[in-house]
Amino acid sequence: MTGRFTPGIAAILGLLAIYVFVAVLAPWIVPHNPLRQILLLRLRPPLTYSPSAGWFLLGTDDVGRDLLSRVVDGARASLMVGALSVSVSLLSGTVFGLLAGWFRGWIAIVVMRIVDIVLSIPAILLAVLTVAVLGPSFANLILVLGLTRWPRYTRVAYAQTLQVATLPYIRAAEMAGAHAPRILLRHILPNIAGPLMVVATTEFGLMILFEAGLSFLGLGIQPPYPSWGSIMSEGQNYVASAWWMTVFPGICLFGVVLCVNLLGDWLRDRLDPRAQSR
Amino acid sequence: MSAALEVSDLRLAIGGVNVVDGIAFSVAPGEVMALVGESGCGKSLTAQALLRLLPRQVRQTGGRILLEGEDITALAERRLRQIRGRRISMIFQEPQAALDPLSPVGAQVREASGLASAAAREAVRRMLAEVGIADPDRRIDQYPFELSGGMCQRVMIASALISRPAVLVADEPTTALDVTIQAQILDLLRRLAAERGTAIVLITHDMGVVADIAERVAVMYAGRIAEIGPTAAVFSRPRHPYTALLLAAIPRLADEPKSRLAVIEGSVPQPSEYGAGCRFVGRCPFADARCNAEPPPLLETDEGHFSACWHTERLA
Repeated sequence: MTGRFTPGIAAILGLLAIYVFVAVLAPWIVPHNPLRQILLLRLRPPLTYSPSAGWFLLGTDDVGRDLLSRVVDGARASLMVGALSVSVSLLSGTVFGLLAGWFRGWIAIVVMRIVDIVLSIPAILLAVLTVAVLGPSFANLILVLGLTRWPRYTRVAYAQTLQVATLPYIRAAEMAGAHAPRILLRHILPNIAGPLMVVATTEFGLMILFEAGLSFLGLGIQPPYPSWGSIMSEGQNYVASAWWMTVFPGICLFGVVLCVNLLGDWLRDRLDPRAQSR
Repeated sequence: MSAALEVSDLRLAIGGVNVVDGIAFSVAPGEVMALVGESGCGKSLTAQALLRLLPRQVRQTGGRILLEGEDITALAERRLRQIRGRRISMIFQEPQAALDPLSPVGAQVREASGLASAAAREAVRRMLAEVGIADPDRRIDQYPFELSGGMCQRVMIASALISRPAVLVADEPTTALDVTIQAQILDLLRRLAAERGTAIVLITHDMGVVADIAERVAVMYAGRIAEIGPTAAVFSRPRHPYTALLLAAIPRLADEPKSRLAVIEGSVPQPSEYGAGCRFVGRCPFADARCNAEPPPLLETDEGHFSACWHTERLA
């Protein structure tokens, strides 16, 4: 894919816009209250009609809640978890990686050893620990995901910075009297942004799945509030009899992860002027 | 006239060994002085020392560097940043690699100018025109990969000179370019040095480049200056055996085809092999006991022409 603005990228942006739009407007466009249980209408398949409650386009879940409403409402939680946790870890990981790669010496030793330590602790264990100490909340969820994932970005940023910092144009900038923050932000960061972007887009999907895992353990989005991950993990028990509970949030997740990945590819090319002229 | 740059007794050490050992020279405004020598003789380290940007493992153990009379050896990093690119700047061997690939060339020249945006674009455009870039209005927004190597070197020169520094250090500026472009770049450097009164320190191993552009030349060998003087005098009457052998080793068109190339026997000593005396002793046809024991001082043999050899009279 080149950096040019093609119909393909327009479609991807359009689809992402719809996702965001739906997530933001969720409270006003859901057909049913996503939390209301109708126990008489448990595990109904898609396109169920009930004279008293109306249509259930995607069916209902194990306690009779409207699946469409839950998926629409869950988009908000899932997209926010993905976007915020990726932002937190991307930002902190990149800053640490840049500093370690630029100053090297003991700063690099300390930072990279912390990276090794964090990566060696099982993420779930760290998450359980953090939530046990701080209590489950949305902010703590973001904190946990940010805390466990930043080392990935640090490793990439560190390796890339080491490499770019030795290139003649960085030395040329130094010899022209530029100070370190300027060199890091103006010259090194743009030149290492490509690989970081790729990591960030793959992590985005992973974060949404991670949230599902934490929700499953009761550490993520707290029931009865929905997120795609929690809907899917609830549906796991019924996957043979009520496939719709896992399939529909799964499709939504698949779509958004694919779009973000393609967008990431496009952005990486877009940020590199050399790719655009080809 | 006072010197734009004056270096005295510069010593640089890596792990206790002086790889640059007592270099001294000065360059007047508008003058081009060449520093020649083979790989590893310390000429590039000397260049980096002039901008106070040495690799970590290198320590300056002595000497002073006066930039327009001001000693910059003891300055703090903050002050040095104001000097770099403003009063002393540098250009490199590989112009395309020395430009940020993700930034338009005009922006990079402007960054070096330190000017605010409104006036800057016009100043950058004029500077690009001055270094001989055709159609600067279009080039100013292009990226380095869209320009040829020669063009990129012109951009580098533009960004090095836009702040009108007193000294330009050119580290093998034409080595990566082909010969016709080489001549154009050298012409440009010479013209700008004369017009703007910029002193140029040209680092090279190419005797042809030296003959072409430099008024004075310092020949370095194993971290010391072997000989220094006006280019014409050094080339026509070398007063150091190393220079003489080096000049004799240049192949000429008049040579018999397929005849053996003249070489200097032996190889450059490693810093760990430096003895007490002259460092050329292992390869010198005149070497004797005194050469092994005492390093020869740099003495004036003719006016403005100095040589560090105990046997200069044998080359007369």
